[in-house]
Amino acid sequence: MHRIVIMGGGTGGTLTANRLRRAYGWDEAEITVVDQDDAHVYQPGLLFVPFGLTQPEDLTRPRGRQLHHGISYRTTGVDHVDIDSRTVVLVDGSTIPYDVLIVATGSVLAPEDTDGLTGAGWMERVFTFYTPEGAAGLEAALRDFDRGRLVVDVVEFPIKCPVAPLEFCFLADWFLRERGVRDQVELTYATPLDGAFTKPVAARQLGGMLAERGIELVTEFNVGEVDGVGGRLISYDDRELPFDLAVVVPAHNGSPCIVASPGLGDELGFVPTDEHTLQSTVAPEVFAVGDAASLPISKAGSVTHFEGEVLVENVQRFLAGEPLDASYDGHANCFIETGFHKAMLIDFNYEVEPLPGHFPAEVGLPLLKESHLNHLGKLMFQWIYWHSLLPGRDLPGVHSAMPTAGKKQPAVTEQGGSS
Amino acid sequence: MTVDTIAGVPVDVNEEGFLTDPSMWTEAIAVDLARREGIDPMTDRHWQVVRFMRAEYEAKGTGPTVRVLGKTSGVPVKELYQLFPKGPAKLAAKIAGIPKPRGCI
Repeated sequence: MHRIVIMGGGTGGTLTANRLRRAYGWDEAEITVVDQDDAHVYQPGLLFVPFGLTQPEDLTRPRGRQLHHGISYRTTGVDHVDIDSRTVVLVDGSTIPYDVLIVATGSVLAPEDTDGLTGAGWMERVFTFYTPEGAAGLEAALRDFDRGRLVVDVVEFPIKCPVAPLEFCFLADWFLRERGVRDQVELTYATPLDGAFTKPVAARQLGGMLAERGIELVTEFNVGEVDGVGGRLISYDDRELPFDLAVVVPAHNGSPCIVASPGLGDELGFVPTDEHTLQSTVAPEVFAVGDAASLPISKAGSVTHFEGEVLVENVQRFLAGEPLDASYDGHANCFIETGFHKAMLIDFNYEVEPLPGHFPAEVGLPLLKESHLNHLGKLMFQWIYWHSLLPGRDLPGVHSAMPTAGKKQPAVTEQGGSS
Repeated sequence: MTVDTIAGVPVDVNEEGFLTDPSMWTEAIAVDLARREGIDPMTDRHWQVVRFMRAEYEAKGTGPTVRVLGKTSGVPVKELYQLFPKGPAKLAAKIAGIPKPRGCI
């Protein structure tokens, strides 16, 4: 009997557990999922909360209920992992031994890593929409916001869903226009990158969309201090951005239980992981999926979903003593909500930047282009998430490997910039 | 890829001027690259960061981000921006002769 322990009952942990449960008979493997709480949040939905389009309670379901029968679920925090004795130690002192450990603990926000961010003004005029509480607080603040400077700032990449702050800008522009106050608001997007996005084709497209909407783009802005009383973001190179309302995406760290586990994580608490097999480089029986893995790729649900297929295959190969399948290509896929009932879709991997064309093939959803169809796709995805993605079903036409059939290659390749 | 003459030595560099082969790096190359970026002279603190970057690259295959540098190099983030204006991780990587930190989209 194989003993498989999965830390984390979010996107990665849940879909991996469900796929593994189907792959193994009940007498072949014992699968245990551990999480500190029983609230599974559909995180992409948080973007819509500040604009009154949805509410946190409509985005949240019990974690245990998303797991198939035959998976044991424990609602207990993890104190630490002892990778030498292959044991997970829980906060209540009990231990779970494993043959394979899958780390799916996600990432946590670290607003305290930025001076002043959680000081005066936090949750009053300085918000993040990356937590249910922050998104709900921001909804109340935006409701009465009808003039002044609104600044959206990303402290540092990587973050969960790197397009979300751009989507927030587009939706804020739309929201303020609908309320007839857009001309009284200066809207600014500040980023540590040297453009609206890391890769050149998408950076040009998204930068153009900001300009069209009169949203100021401030690049290479690395915020070092937030002055909530004076209403200023101050960069490390002493530039200042005044604000009346600031929406900040804080830096991200790995889970504290990774930091507390000797030899398991890097300086920030992410697990060093092979980018093609998803096996950790710290111990052969430890794998990582999603935000918890230290990979040069977006921290996003689509990434986690595509990783999941390769991960489940490799856990089986590892337990059977076979060589691993190094086929994860860094595939990511994101809808970008752009307001006015439209959205864009981007699809890319480690090597191929987001390009125009269609997904998944020549006939399909338009890529890197605003359309009503993509907006419907984004809305429909919440249903797909709960009913198809988490249960571990294959989505028709959507596979782990990135499709190339519908993509238009750029005439001249350029080097992407990043901070 | 092009060939650039740095500190009198022909070296392969990419479109953004990063060395394509970190083993070609010398201290003289670092001094010349730094001067081109307006850093002159290279102080002990500059060298501390550059050497740390090279050690990290050799151990992990990639250069650290600014926040990791601030936590682990012994030089606080504020000072990193004074030493290497605008983008410390990128600029220090260039002077250290290692690849630009891989952009995470």
